[in-house]
Amino acid sequence: MESVLMRAGLWFAALVLAIIACALSVDWGFGVHMGICALAAGIGLIVTLRGGDFSAPAATGAAQSRYYDDVIRWAVIATVFWGMAGFMAGLWIALEMAFPVLNLGIEYINFGRLRPLHTSAVIFAFGGNALIATSFYVVQRTCRARLAFPGLARFVFWGYQLFIVLAATGYLMGITQGKEYAEPEWYVDIWLTVVWVSYLVVFAGTIFKRSEPHIYVANWFYLSFILTVAMLHLVNNAAIPVSWFGSRSIPLAGGVQGALIEWWYGHNAVGFFLTAGFLGMMYYFVPKQAERPVYSYRLSIIHFWALIFLYIWAGPHHLHYTALPDWAQTLGMVFSLMLWMPSWGGMINGLMTLNGAWDKLRTDPILRMFVMSLAFYGMSTFEGPMMSIKSVNSLSHYTDWTIGHVHSGALGWNGMVTFGALYYLVPRLWSRSRMYSIRMINWHFWLATLGIVFYAASMWVAGLTEGLMWREYGPDGYLVNSFAETVAAVHPMYVLRCLGGLMYLTGAAIMTYNITRTIRGSVQRDETPFGPITFNPARDVPIIPAAARLATSAN
Amino acid sequence: MNPGSTYDTLRTLADSWGLAAMTLVFLVLCLWPFRPGARDEADKAAHSIFEDEKDGE
Repeated sequence: MESVLMRAGLWFAALVLAIIACALSVDWGFGVHMGICALAAGIGLIVTLRGGDFSAPAATGAAQSRYYDDVIRWAVIATVFWGMAGFMAGLWIALEMAFPVLNLGIEYINFGRLRPLHTSAVIFAFGGNALIATSFYVVQRTCRARLAFPGLARFVFWGYQLFIVLAATGYLMGITQGKEYAEPEWYVDIWLTVVWVSYLVVFAGTIFKRSEPHIYVANWFYLSFILTVAMLHLVNNAAIPVSWFGSRSIPLAGGVQGALIEWWYGHNAVGFFLTAGFLGMMYYFVPKQAERPVYSYRLSIIHFWALIFLYIWAGPHHLHYTALPDWAQTLGMVFSLMLWMPSWGGMINGLMTLNGAWDKLRTDPILRMFVMSLAFYGMSTFEGPMMSIKSVNSLSHYTDWTIGHVHSGALGWNGMVTFGALYYLVPRLWSRSRMYSIRMINWHFWLATLGIVFYAASMWVAGLTEGLMWREYGPDGYLVNSFAETVAAVHPMYVLRCLGGLMYLTGAAIMTYNITRTIRGSVQRDETPFGPITFNPARDVPIIPAAARLATSAN
Repeated sequence: MNPGSTYDTLRTLADSWGLAAMTLVFLVLCLWPFRPGARDEADKAAHSIFEDEKDGE
């Protein structure tokens, strides 16, 4: 009873503070955000007072013999929800690019505001929730220990959703600090820091109370992801607010230093959020789904350390031919090239895990998802180092080739490995014998794969077209093409990209339906199974030549 | 040293002792799994994820 009173008091204090901040706000965006915070605190207050605090049974005795999976279930649902939101926003802005009339003259949905909404929704909301769900699942299973601090884990989940809502609504209202992939303003950054430190405490706490003596390699990747993202976030978002009750801030570092810090952050967001974290997923779910141990455990350790030591230096390749000192650009390029080796170490390790089990691909569309994701990981981590070479970059920089590269990694690697992990998790978390439909997973697989092919191929052509047209000089030293001409030239490619995005979104919609049906009921779709292959030994014989057959019958 | 030399000091440290120390640490970490007896430990770790097949039920 005292604890309920205590928590209700805290919620009420948060509610009052948010309302005061809302009243004192110096710009309307900050006011709206404090209103959202007040709403969140109010919901927390009501839930606490009604007694529905979702608290786990006291972590003693019997409870310790069960894994704590509530938060994982919520995060799986959130992953699917934000995934659909992010993919839809992506398709919409792709249509805006091809048909600018779709901006509709409304400032809140123009390309400039929806674009960060799309990137944050897919990377931080879809990817972030997938990482929270899988990391909590994997760390418990591999440590053979119940999650540490379940209450804090619930705070991590809901706090992270609040961060997503504040970030997304902020973009629509035009609140941004103008740093790519780190657009949220100072107060949202502080909130994320609190949530992230809690995440670290829950994850590391579970590792500390593990029953397995060895820490499985997937947890190394997850832990490096959590720690490094904390460091990147703190340094890149160091800023001084203009007012304590306003949404504007001034970054501590300006000019080329600010640019370098931003891309040190930006590239390591790719390296540690989208690579290390998702490799953690890969190292657990691929061996489990293939029912074979990882090809080489020692290779996984070497490529872990190589990724850690190399990735952190690769950021300057985003600033080729800028005011950044030449040596720093070359350093970024060299480390990017070296990254090719550990990246392929991870890809080879994942793919070779299927050695002796490749036949499973015939009957298991989930394993197909994982294999395709590893294939795209290999392709995009080959393409990336190549694009970081200065002479290649002089052609590819600022063109849609970069967009194509990012999406082959994001849709191919991150998307597919997440879908595979979701299909692995949902039946286990909700105690079903399998997904509602296996055939729908196969449809999702092919729609997603073809969608990525359309997307990446059209952006390669668009990027090369732009790069070559921008650098084309006439005999008298003038540029041949105006910028508008290059935009007109790539229009068909922009339309094709929309088709690719539509296919990918359709696949995700099928997954949403499949997962919803799996969660809602134990009914399974009546369908032809991906069963064992038909084999008739009686027919599995060579044809006897006609002459020999005649001779046999004559006897 | 003149006042503007913090950059030079750090730069010199970074591309000499700093670089050597990081390379050394990196090499030790990479060679660590190849120490005698580590093969069995690695195999055991790789198989450890299959010991808990009941998902805590």
